[in-house]
Amino acid sequence: MIRFPATAVVAAAAFTLANATFAQAAGVIEGGSKQALNIEAIALFFVFVASTLVITYWAARRMRSAADFYAAGGGITAGQNGLAIAGDYMSAASFLGISGLVFASGYDGLVYSVGWLVGWPIILFLIAERLRNLGKYTFADVVSFRLGQTQIRTLSAVGTLTVVAFYLIAQMVGAGKLIELLFGLPYLYAVIIVGALMMVYVAFGGMVATTWVQIIKACLLLGGATFMAFMVALTFGFSPEAMFQAAVDIHPKKASIMAPGNLITDPISAVSLGIALMFGTAGLPHILMRFFTVSDAKAARKSVFYATGLIGYFYILTFIIGFGAITLLMNDPSFFKVSAGGAYNKITDLLGGTNMAAIHLSNAVGGSILLGFISAVAFATILAVVAGLTLAGASAVSHDLFASVIAKGKLSEDREVAISKITAVAIGIVAIVLGYIFENQNVAFMVGLAFSVAASCNFPVLLMAIMWKGTTTLGAFVGGLLGLVSSVAGVVLGPPVWVKTFGFASAPFPYDNPALFSMAIAFGSIWLFSKLDASKRAQADRAGFEPQYVRSETGIGAVGAVTH
Amino acid sequence: MNAQVIETVKRDPQFEELVVKRSHFAWTLCGAMLAIYFGFIFVVAFAPKVLGLSLGGVTTLGIPVGVAVIVSAFVLTGIYVRRANAEFDTITRQIVERAK
Repeated sequence: MIRFPATAVVAAAAFTLANATFAQAAGVIEGGSKQALNIEAIALFFVFVASTLVITYWAARRMRSAADFYAAGGGITAGQNGLAIAGDYMSAASFLGISGLVFASGYDGLVYSVGWLVGWPIILFLIAERLRNLGKYTFADVVSFRLGQTQIRTLSAVGTLTVVAFYLIAQMVGAGKLIELLFGLPYLYAVIIVGALMMVYVAFGGMVATTWVQIIKACLLLGGATFMAFMVALTFGFSPEAMFQAAVDIHPKKASIMAPGNLITDPISAVSLGIALMFGTAGLPHILMRFFTVSDAKAARKSVFYATGLIGYFYILTFIIGFGAITLLMNDPSFFKVSAGGAYNKITDLLGGTNMAAIHLSNAVGGSILLGFISAVAFATILAVVAGLTLAGASAVSHDLFASVIAKGKLSEDREVAISKITAVAIGIVAIVLGYIFENQNVAFMVGLAFSVAASCNFPVLLMAIMWKGTTTLGAFVGGLLGLVSSVAGVVLGPPVWVKTFGFASAPFPYDNPALFSMAIAFGSIWLFSKLDASKRAQADRAGFEPQYVRSETGIGAVGAVTH
Repeated sequence: MNAQVIETVKRDPQFEELVVKRSHFAWTLCGAMLAIYFGFIFVVAFAPKVLGLSLGGVTTLGIPVGVAVIVSAFVLTGIYVRRANAEFDTITRQIVERAK
């Protein structure tokens, strides 16, 4: 196995970061720029980065096998995994985006956040245990358990890389913009720092480092959000009625913020979005990988329980934070772009946009120290999420494409891990370049697209391979491919891209989210092409169901934890 | 895992019992979650005024309902994990022991 001089890299990364921030600090002070330099945020972020690099160094020294690299040797506990899963899910987009949505529209933010949560029970009931019992490192292990390795792993790798690419671009662009705003760092520097750190975490520390970065960040984010919600509640003497009353009095939309508004105008779009969020979660490769990091099905099950509780709690906090922002920010002009006459729009003129509501609120309730803390946590959140995505992408390339499709299982473990590390670095570089290219593009649709593809390609193939005896290689391959193509086509031809990005007057596909249709296409064609499949391969596929079924239900023969 | 173990497990009457019980339970909970969520979404889409009903002050019915949907997701996972950890795991262990 290739051994990297981890200390040297850690030192180099810290040095680059120090130079970048200090150079910027000097520039801001000299230029007398309006952008206040956020010393607390930078200091706290340094502490975070330093501690994660120490963890990466520790993880790199302990890493001995492919199981360590891909799945942390199966040695993560249910509680730790629950935190890591919650961490993967509580991205900066959901923290800032949902609190911003509550700030702008009130109740609609709650409707939206519920959709993100309800996928978790479904994952638990239908796939979590079976995934753990059948898989090793990637969800393709599970899908290809009895189906043709070459076709299914190629399809799964394409599905994984598509999801990772869209998710990663959205995160990189969001990261650059956010950090530019919070830290006063130029966009490109921010993107490079994020890309470089995620490469270091994944290439040197593998799943162990990626998981611990996620756990630390989840604790920081939950702690910070809890404190903010507590301070808001304290302001109103812990009376929700008092808080809502103050919000209704201040908000320009008055009492309408207490009921569903215009978020959902068209029921088909609403159901389609709900389905994409629900089943997309069950098809996200970086989330599915987490089930292989625990020792057995019982731990997999418990980790979903913890994760669901933490994520639900987090969404209730963001709701309180959003309302707190309405009551504590809207009457204070210092948080807004104020025109010469002193007037400002209480929603759209918020400095940095409505997504900054939670950040400004931290300043309002906890001063510059809390502002620094929350800013640093937002940065850390992005880092942790992109590291998980990078690891999922790198595993798909090394474990599925290289080891199984190209080398037909004849690749040594050390070579496979080395390829994964090289891929992680390549993904990091590509992410930086794409982040730079897409700087001024509207990438908001990309997270929705990632979820649609996950729900329409990865999830149907996974569920049908586990649940239905009749699924054949041909059926899964064609169905998954059609799900992938139709979901991408639906997003591109729909209003989010066709109208908002390309600027056409009306979209050929009328709904915001194609998942309702593309999932139906995927499931329908997996069924149809499996039924029509009379090949020799199909007979072997069906015969292979029985051993798979016994193992998925009982865990007999499942890969256990590695003991050193 | 060899063919003989698979045969033994397949013939074990408790295996059939486990699979039927567990999948019935899991699909029931799955149905409950889908019904709660899509029930909520349909009210939001077709009868948003219901969620805007006042509970005395400015607080509306929508607030406890929304929070209840979130809590229900957690409670449903809890119900499943509780039964799986006790009942299903015990049966599974017995089946695995016998197959050895």
